[in-house]
Amino acid sequence: MPVACRPPAPAPRPAPRRLFRALAGALLCLGCGLLPAADGPLAPADARWLDRVTYGLDSATLARYRALGRKRFLDEQLQGGGDDPALAAVLADLPITREDPLELVQAAEAEGRRIQNLASDEDRQQARQAQNQLAGQLAYETARRHLLRAVLSPHQLQEQMVWFWMNHFNLYQAKGNLRYTLADFEERAVRPHALGRFRDLLLATMTHPAMLVYLDNAQSSAGRINENYARELLELHTLGVDGGYGQQDVQELARVLTGLGVDATPGTPRLRADGQPFLLRRGLFEFNPTRHDFLDKTLLGTRIPAAGFPEVEQVADLLAAQPATARFICRKLALYFLGQEPSPALAQELGRTFLRSRGDIAAVLRVLCGSRDFTGAPAFKDPVHYVVGALRLAYDGKRPGNMKPVVNWLNQLGEPLYGHLTPDGYPVLPAAWSSPAQLVKRFEIARAIGGGNAGLFDSEDGQPAAATGFPLLSSRLFYEAIEPALSPGTRQALDQAASQQEWNTFLLSSPEFMMR
Amino acid sequence: MERRGFLRMLGASALAVRGVRLLAAPATDARLLLVFLRGGYDCANVLVPWSSPFYHQARPSLAIARPDPADPRAALALDADWGLHPALRDSILPLWQKGQAAFIPFAGTQDLSRSHFETQDSMEAGEPLDGPREYGSGFLNRLAAACGSLNPVAFTDSLPLAMAGAAAIPNISLRQFGKAPFDQRQMAVIQGMYRGLPLEPQVAEGFQLKRDVALEYQKEMEGAGRDAVSSRGFELEARRTARLMRDRFNLGFIDVGGWDTHVNEGGAQGALATNLESLGRGLAGFAQELGPAWNRTVVVVVSEFGRTFRENGTRGTDHGHGSVHWVLGGAVRGGRLAGEQVPVTRETLFQDRDFPVLNEYREVLGGLFQRLYGLGAAQLETVFPRARPRDLGLI
Repeated sequence: MPVACRPPAPAPRPAPRRLFRALAGALLCLGCGLLPAADGPLAPADARWLDRVTYGLDSATLARYRALGRKRFLDEQLQGGGDDPALAAVLADLPITREDPLELVQAAEAEGRRIQNLASDEDRQQARQAQNQLAGQLAYETARRHLLRAVLSPHQLQEQMVWFWMNHFNLYQAKGNLRYTLADFEERAVRPHALGRFRDLLLATMTHPAMLVYLDNAQSSAGRINENYARELLELHTLGVDGGYGQQDVQELARVLTGLGVDATPGTPRLRADGQPFLLRRGLFEFNPTRHDFLDKTLLGTRIPAAGFPEVEQVADLLAAQPATARFICRKLALYFLGQEPSPALAQELGRTFLRSRGDIAAVLRVLCGSRDFTGAPAFKDPVHYVVGALRLAYDGKRPGNMKPVVNWLNQLGEPLYGHLTPDGYPVLPAAWSSPAQLVKRFEIARAIGGGNAGLFDSEDGQPAAATGFPLLSSRLFYEAIEPALSPGTRQALDQAASQQEWNTFLLSSPEFMMR
Repeated sequence: MERRGFLRMLGASALAVRGVRLLAAPATDARLLLVFLRGGYDCANVLVPWSSPFYHQARPSLAIARPDPADPRAALALDADWGLHPALRDSILPLWQKGQAAFIPFAGTQDLSRSHFETQDSMEAGEPLDGPREYGSGFLNRLAAACGSLNPVAFTDSLPLAMAGAAAIPNISLRQFGKAPFDQRQMAVIQGMYRGLPLEPQVAEGFQLKRDVALEYQKEMEGAGRDAVSSRGFELEARRTARLMRDRFNLGFIDVGGWDTHVNEGGAQGALATNLESLGRGLAGFAQELGPAWNRTVVVVVSEFGRTFRENGTRGTDHGHGSVHWVLGGAVRGGRLAGEQVPVTRETLFQDRDFPVLNEYREVLGGLFQRLYGLGAAQLETVFPRARPRDLGLI
């Protein structure tokens, strides 16, 4: 449905002229020693394109775009990259960075045994509470890391893709021991492959303790099959529910997956001598041959000869190469970025690119970001895009340290990180977020973000913070990138603001800011 | 302005927008509130099988004493086998005596994960446990869709799975009742930005819901809410719920937490008793606040599972299986136990540890919905796929 608040997009400027402008800016810079931070208002078509490639603009991203032009900017975004040194220093100190999941789970299990042997109920209860709090802290730190990167990282497309894949391969933090393994899943299974090959990403999730616990595969073994993971792997992670598989495929895949699990006990598990060569351990992850079904399988008509762990790799190859997987993944990517169904031509081109490039995610995104659909009608933001975008605009590169208010806002808006119970993840279509109660909640959060710094700069332990800040929305960035596209109705509303805080609230409540 | 009139003003265009509730007048006068006790409440200490010697054996420190009019801590006899927890003396017992409360023991889901989240989730989804399922769709949402003309609402901070799905259902927590988040001028300014846009009706309805609640709050402050001002905790929440269900909504969901009593559960007094007393007072207050509408209202109380029949090593109980559902209402055929039953002995326990499930919740609720809304088989199939509704004659 077209949105009336934005003027129709002017035709994109021809590339040579853009290049010329960038060059001119660079020359100007040589002349006066200043960065070409601005060259007037951003064309609405560029603003809309950037609104989707990023979580929303900040000054640094805008300057980069102006320096590089659209094509090279996109090249850089598709490349991704690590944290800048200041953020890396903050993250380096976190327990989730310093400790690996095996140590964390071992410590938790030891503590559990100690608690069992405590003398009184009160002691036990207290110790359990303390342990719970610790685990909760790990989950919070994971969310904090994710949110800091989303708000501050120059690699905005990569950060969006980390969220996208974390949602696609959904985990629920409160299940089992997941709070100990969640951070590692995001950091080692998902993040390195967020713009890489789908097959590698898929295999990394299939062999990660968090996923194996979340979907009960750790409990599945030959003769005592739990089909949960096998079904979701086909239905939600690869082929999609209409992807042409049957119950028989689910059962066969479940047999392939037997043996994939977790083991926190030190040393080598006792195995029969002929099983020993098939054993595989990596931290908490274990492929245990005694739990594996060593008979041939057939999946989607393809024979999977009994081989132990290599069966899992063969299956990852097979599933990632299916046209149904290409269709399913590409459609979901398009829905996420466009907020609506892609045109049939785009859907076809994305699918073809996925298959031709053997699941190269960056190649698919390049087609998507370059398509006509990409700058089509704006769509309602999900809560994560809304909150992160608002923070990028309001604090413009300044680093808030305390993410508890943000975690709280996302809770209230119904999209907490790692908080979706079922493996389907949050819906990627905007209709899920725009009910009457959700809209009013959104306006309330707009006021919370626009009305003051909301505790974002409080130190975690209640000590006075080194830096502070306040939301500054009527900035140069606003006048360059947002103001030109505002509708008369929104301008009129902003004119009626009785204070700066109210002005902030109105801007963050405007249809233009709710959409991307 | 009355809600109806306001909604009419939105006009036909509002009704055509996907994602906005269709707001025709309800075809039914019936009201239904589902109360979900999260954490798995210990039903064996609420509906007490007092005639079972095994009950007293299995719970040396937790068991409620056999009925005795002289002992305020004894179970309140309901019949020759079952009694009520004494914390419910002034709230639920009077409803039972008026024939407005029925209990369904040995009820619940066949889900055996014994995990809170998985079992709550699968119950709220209301789908068969085997075979593929439709994620993100709850049975109350499908009920609203099947009936077409209900006014559903969740009285919770976020939309519970039971009410998630294709029909757009609002949620509003009444735990902390406050003033409207914005004043009239601010709401008008924000609404003004959406004039002529597809989201206009949603924004208008959202603000209206907030105004309605603010109005209720004002009435409460002025004393029109009778006992509500002096009420606390769940009772206050339940009375507010009643007023909104009396005037504006006819399908509601509310949840109450704190039932996961692994440690120091207590017997006639203690943690469970305190929580139970608050729940009982809330439900009795809900009934009172509805006034004459109570006669057309049904309240169903469920929980994800029962707890272990034997007490554990920390004077509490662990995650079990069969539970007891409550059915309350002015027109409920109560003062009785409904559904299939077995004697409470060691031999009848499920896996030698829990109450069995003899009355599957989908079948029982399906039967209830059939009566309440006159739903046909095809409609019921959409609410509870592949369930065989069982009519326990509850209304």
